[in-house]
Amino acid sequence: MDKNHQINFDYTASYPLDPTVLESMLPYFSERYGNPSSLYAPGSIARTAFSESQKKVGDLINAESPEREIFFTSGATESNNLAMKGFAFRNKRKGNHIIISSIEHISVINIVKYLQRNDFKVSYVPVDKFGIINLSKLKESITDETILTSIMYANNELGTIQPINEIGKILHKNNIVFHVDGTVAAGKIPIDVVKDNINILTLSSNDIYGPKGVGGLYVKLGTIIEPILQGGGQQRGLRSGSENIPGIVGFGKAAELARKRMTTDSKRISMLRDTLIKGILNEIEDSYLHGHPKKSLPDIALLRIFGIEGEAIVTELDEKGICISTGSACAAKTLSPSHVLEAIGLNEIQRHGALQFSLARQNNKKDIDLLLTLLPNIVNRLREISPVWKYKDRFLEMYTSAEEEEHLEDDEFKQF
Amino acid sequence: MSQYGSMGYSEKVMDHFRNPRNVGELPDADAVGTAGNPVCGDLMTIFLKIKKDIIEDIKFMTFGCGAAIASSSMATELIKGRSLDEASNLSKQAIADSLDGLPPIKMHCSVLATEAIEAALKEYYSKHPKK
Repeated sequence: MDKNHQINFDYTASYPLDPTVLESMLPYFSERYGNPSSLYAPGSIARTAFSESQKKVGDLINAESPEREIFFTSGATESNNLAMKGFAFRNKRKGNHIIISSIEHISVINIVKYLQRNDFKVSYVPVDKFGIINLSKLKESITDETILTSIMYANNELGTIQPINEIGKILHKNNIVFHVDGTVAAGKIPIDVVKDNINILTLSSNDIYGPKGVGGLYVKLGTIIEPILQGGGQQRGLRSGSENIPGIVGFGKAAELARKRMTTDSKRISMLRDTLIKGILNEIEDSYLHGHPKKSLPDIALLRIFGIEGEAIVTELDEKGICISTGSACAAKTLSPSHVLEAIGLNEIQRHGALQFSLARQNNKKDIDLLLTLLPNIVNRLREISPVWKYKDRFLEMYTSAEEEEHLEDDEFKQF
Repeated sequence: MSQYGSMGYSEKVMDHFRNPRNVGELPDADAVGTAGNPVCGDLMTIFLKIKKDIIEDIKFMTFGCGAAIASSSMATELIKGRSLDEASNLSKQAIADSLDGLPPIKMHCSVLATEAIEAALKEYYSKHPKK
């Protein structure tokens, strides 16, 4: 961020490049700029860099055969497209039913809508108030026509981690291919594609402090997908286009660093996250944590504040050089509310008070302390103007979801 | 533009957002009007004290984004001390212009204010029919 924005709490929107990663990429822009498809020496250098990155990315997720299983794309969105369209169209003769959760990333939601327009049937498995998928409902939605299920490893808005191992077992038993969007989870928590019966895994370079415009796709040997881009047949025919070697080198380096730093980073960042959550829940009346209090990524927290509108808070903090995001519709370009907040049972009024925090290595305790100093005053000021806060009983009566009452009793929140 | 003007808000909008004018309620209001919908993310209530068809005093409360709060504040400033006819003619464009413009996606916030005024006047005229 520029010097005027000192503090960022919205890293899932964009991560800064790690300096070591940048350094690793530089030679490949103007010195070692060969194309891996070329026969001569510079081509061979590029090919080596490519396969080294495959290995590094593969190591992050325990891929057994990275040179044949790791592919590079232009980002997680393209990876999701390649995974789902590539598998669905290639395996249409085996069935045309796809299952996803109700809280998948918008790219997956839109991909299945596209597949629906192309004669596929889709089932959306509901989640509980924390965003955890209902395993019985998942089993119930399986039919003889089901060929593919896509469940994200952890949710980008809530931070909640899915029971991936159990889901993998269920799908493996039913011979259904398991696609996992690992964008926000990879590099933060350990992922083992073998242990979890994952067939296809989406990865994002930027989310692990690597360069933007680069994504990864793990495709287990034996899982057959077809390309969605036609061209020169690079990457075993699966992803045409001359490879973005500098980007791929950066991604590999980022994966290597993420693997080394995962444990210490997660520990430090989750402590910051917990301080943030505790601070808000204790200082601000009628504030709530969504997302599972224990089964969550170490760096994401979705907090909700009743009676005020999220964008107003974003505007106030932006003025003070602090970046945060909101699940609120007013801030979104399309004015449509977050499907994730809707899926966990929040009503419209509740969704408007959502504040989404995603932390990173760059955050420190001073950031949290400053936010905790500013936020209560901002909330109080906005509440003084708000008729929804002043007459909250009336609004709670009109709009309250039954979840609200249960939520407050939950034992698991005692830690806060 | 403030150095943090990345929200697309003019300095005037930010001023009315930071220091909204006429916030509050009037317990002895002659007319009260509400518009908007918390479902959409905005709700405005406006209170008018009317004497001889002039808006003597005015207060508002708003649940909404920065543009909604700023539009509400500006609208009350624009009709305070004015006649009821002038108030009913206040357009969303006039509110937006007075704020040095609103981002297109936020124009609906200025509609919020005109609708609240309309609702208040409607209530007033139902009790005090025009001669």
